[in-house]
Amino acid sequence: MSIKARIEAKLADALAPEQLDVIDESHLHAGHAGHRPGGETHFRVNIVSTTFAGQSRLERHRTVNRILAEELAGGVHALAVHPSAPGEEARPAGRPS
Amino acid sequence: MSAMNEWIDSQVKSNDVVLFMKGTPDFPQCGFSGQVVQILDYLNVPYSGVNVLADPELRDGIKEYSSWPTIPQLYVKGEFIGGCDIIREMFQAGELQGMLAEKGVAAAA
Repeated sequence: MSIKARIEAKLADALAPEQLDVIDESHLHAGHAGHRPGGETHFRVNIVSTTFAGQSRLERHRTVNRILAEELAGGVHALAVHPSAPGEEARPAGRPS
Repeated sequence: MSAMNEWIDSQVKSNDVVLFMKGTPDFPQCGFSGQVVQILDYLNVPYSGVNVLADPELRDGIKEYSSWPTIPQLYVKGEFIGGCDIIREMFQAGELQGMLAEKGVAAAA
C-alpha cells in the first residue's frame, strides 16, 4: 500500500470525514531537503470532519498528528494539513514557497 | 527532565517569542520555516530563531518537548502556538496579531 493510500485509510477510519483530499506534492519539492526519488515525501491534506467541531486549531492538528504518528515518524517529510468542521470555509492548506 | 529538555524550556521561558526552525531567520532552509519567518517579519515582531539543524538532539528534543512531530514550532510567552499551518491560518484570519497584542508582545517600532 502506498503512503498516500495509508494516510487516506487511517484518516477515513478515524475521522469519518465528509471530505478528504490527500495530495502528493512531492514533485514540487524536487531537489529540496527531504525529497527522494519516487515521491511520497510531501503531502497536503484537506479534511472536513465533525470531529473537528469545537476543537481549537491546535487540537485539530494534534488529532491528525496522532492518527498519522507512524507516517510522520517515518518517511513523510512534510505534511500540510487543513482541518475544518462541516460548514466552515474550506480553504486549502498553503504550500511552502 | 533531560539537559536538552531543560535548555529548550529555558529558551521558551526567557524569550517572549521563540521560533524553532530549520535554518536561521536570515537563511531558512525549509519552505515551512521560511513561511513563518516571513509572517513574523511582516508583523515586525521581535523573536529569537533557534536552528534545530545545528544539533540532532535538539531536533528530536523539540518534538518531544511539545509532543509535536514537525518543525517549525512557534512559542509565545512560554506557550506553544503551533506549526506552519496554524500560524499561517491565524495570520490570515487576523488572529495572530490579536494573540500577540493580548500577550503583550508589541511590534517593534
